[in-house]
Amino acid sequence: MKLIYKYVIAIFSLLTVLTACSKKDDVQPASANKATLSLQFDNIVGDRNLQLNTGTYKNASGEQFSVQLLQYFISNIKVKTKDGQEFTVPQDESYFLVKESDGASQFCKVKVPEGDYQTLTFTLGVDSLRNTMDITKRTGVLDPTGGMDDGMYWGWNSGYIFFKMEGTSEQAPIDPTGVRKFRFHIGGFGGYSAPTFNNIKTVTVDLSAAGIARVRAGRESNVHFLVDVMKMFNGKTNISIAANPQVMFSNYSVNVANNFSNMFYHDHTEN
Amino acid sequence: MSKRIFYLILLAFSLFIYACKKETNIQEAVSTFLGFQKPSNFPEPVYKLENNKLTEAGFLLGRALFYEPRLSRDNTISCGSCHIQTSGFTQHGHDVSHGIDDRLGSRNSPPIMNLAWNKTFMWDGGVFDLDLQPISPITNPVEMDEKVENVLLKLKQMPKYVTLFNRAFGTDEITNARMMKALSQFMVMCVSANSKYDQVMRKENGQTFTTDEQAGYTIFKEKCSNCHSEPLFTDGAFRNNGLAIGPNNDQGRAMATLNPRDDYKFKVPSLRNLSYTAPYMHDGRFLTLSGVLAHYAEEVQATPNLDPLLQQNGKLGISLTADDKLKLLTFLKTLDDKDFVTRKDLAEQ
Repeated sequence: MKLIYKYVIAIFSLLTVLTACSKKDDVQPASANKATLSLQFDNIVGDRNLQLNTGTYKNASGEQFSVQLLQYFISNIKVKTKDGQEFTVPQDESYFLVKESDGASQFCKVKVPEGDYQTLTFTLGVDSLRNTMDITKRTGVLDPTGGMDDGMYWGWNSGYIFFKMEGTSEQAPIDPTGVRKFRFHIGGFGGYSAPTFNNIKTVTVDLSAAGIARVRAGRESNVHFLVDVMKMFNGKTNISIAANPQVMFSNYSVNVANNFSNMFYHDHTEN
Repeated sequence: MSKRIFYLILLAFSLFIYACKKETNIQEAVSTFLGFQKPSNFPEPVYKLENNKLTEAGFLLGRALFYEPRLSRDNTISCGSCHIQTSGFTQHGHDVSHGIDDRLGSRNSPPIMNLAWNKTFMWDGGVFDLDLQPISPITNPVEMDEKVENVLLKLKQMPKYVTLFNRAFGTDEITNARMMKALSQFMVMCVSANSKYDQVMRKENGQTFTTDEQAGYTIFKEKCSNCHSEPLFTDGAFRNNGLAIGPNNDQGRAMATLNPRDDYKFKVPSLRNLSYTAPYMHDGRFLTLSGVLAHYAEEVQATPNLDPLLQQNGKLGISLTADDKLKLLTFLKTLDDKDFVTRKDLAEQ
């Protein structure tokens, strides 16, 4: 009889422990209320607004050029509050292709918990993990269906193109199609079966000077970046169109990528 | 009399039952899709089958896509154009592949064979996932010169594909990922493992090597198997086998890695089905196997990154007597898989 009593107590206490465990898992995080944070990428060239095809600009090598196509990946967005609380946007919702030809694409909208954010981090490009994932995980802007002209994917050497800019310049040599065109297709995630260069750039911006992002439900906080593509040409290495009219999968692309990681300037925030 | 009628009826009835039984057996044999089967003398496959469950419907869709010329810009070139089954899924008689608008590629089309065991694809290994491989020929201007999104648009307009995609994946949706997975299902099913060599190794059908084949096998194991390792007859590595540098200065593996130590290295090809896959090498420069053996015996060049195995004891190449070569050729014939190049289930329907 006593023994049975002991067993009952033992089972009862075990059950108590188990329910306690499951209860603990059910507790909701305090910051469940999510609201929209918008990142606006407003492309400019030096002191001027970027105008596709019609605008002409001059780089530090003294070369005049105009831009016909500009697009780049923004991914892996992270925010941090003043006291260091960090939130990483779930990866599946954190890939954007910004195109100069498509105004709506210049606003990358993510859901983050309500809060005041002082630091913003994002990747220019596509992380190496996603570059090697199963094709079923490559949806939306990551779907490698684009052709040779406007696609952001290298089929012959598996990997995403992170940044693509094409245009014309009198200083560019005549290409096989008969035009004076320059083409910068910059990618390279470090290699899968053999190590190669890595042009993935992580950009961290302190928003405190030009306005922190106050994310609230029912409102849309918009962090407005000016993206100066002139900085792709002018930087640690001045990129000359005449000397390097085509920069694609080559070691030289590292110089271009080192320059373009400095393109982003936080102008203001609309809360 | 009545007894006789009884026996007759009994006989007719048993014939009837027998006939029925036979019919069901035949039906079963037709509708049984065995899926991917690892040959017992092969290692575990590299391809992640768990991410692409092979089904009969998926395989049939993949086969239809493989032979679908709509994958190309002007609907003239299919995968099967440059990967012809009767030529061991290569393009027989073409040194380099012959694509759209009579444009020529710069490399010899490799076989669609035992790809489930490939770690990398293409001669330079630039592609690392079979599911991503078809994007390259579809978008290459000298092969199919098409956009994958256009291919999807064309397929969506065909009721045949709506049905095939539905059967394979459960809904009518035609997406890039589904197309690539289906193509992979067909391609991993292209397993060549039924050559005389395989049957000897598996001790099937009482097959044994002849004296010359056995002698060739011994020479092979001593002089070739370091790179062309059994049972796939390739180690999947990238090596410079000492070919004179071609007029287009194809740097091979280095194009994908940009590493000067990979200059002029190409993926070691398998030696299976060589009788069907001439010409040989990445640029199809050798028309016959005798030409290939002559290269290894007498013509190896000391170009950058020449494989150390081809420059031992201060000598270039592999020492082979005329008799060695004959025996090697005899052995290599045992790697021909007639079944693989004639199987109906892999053919265009």
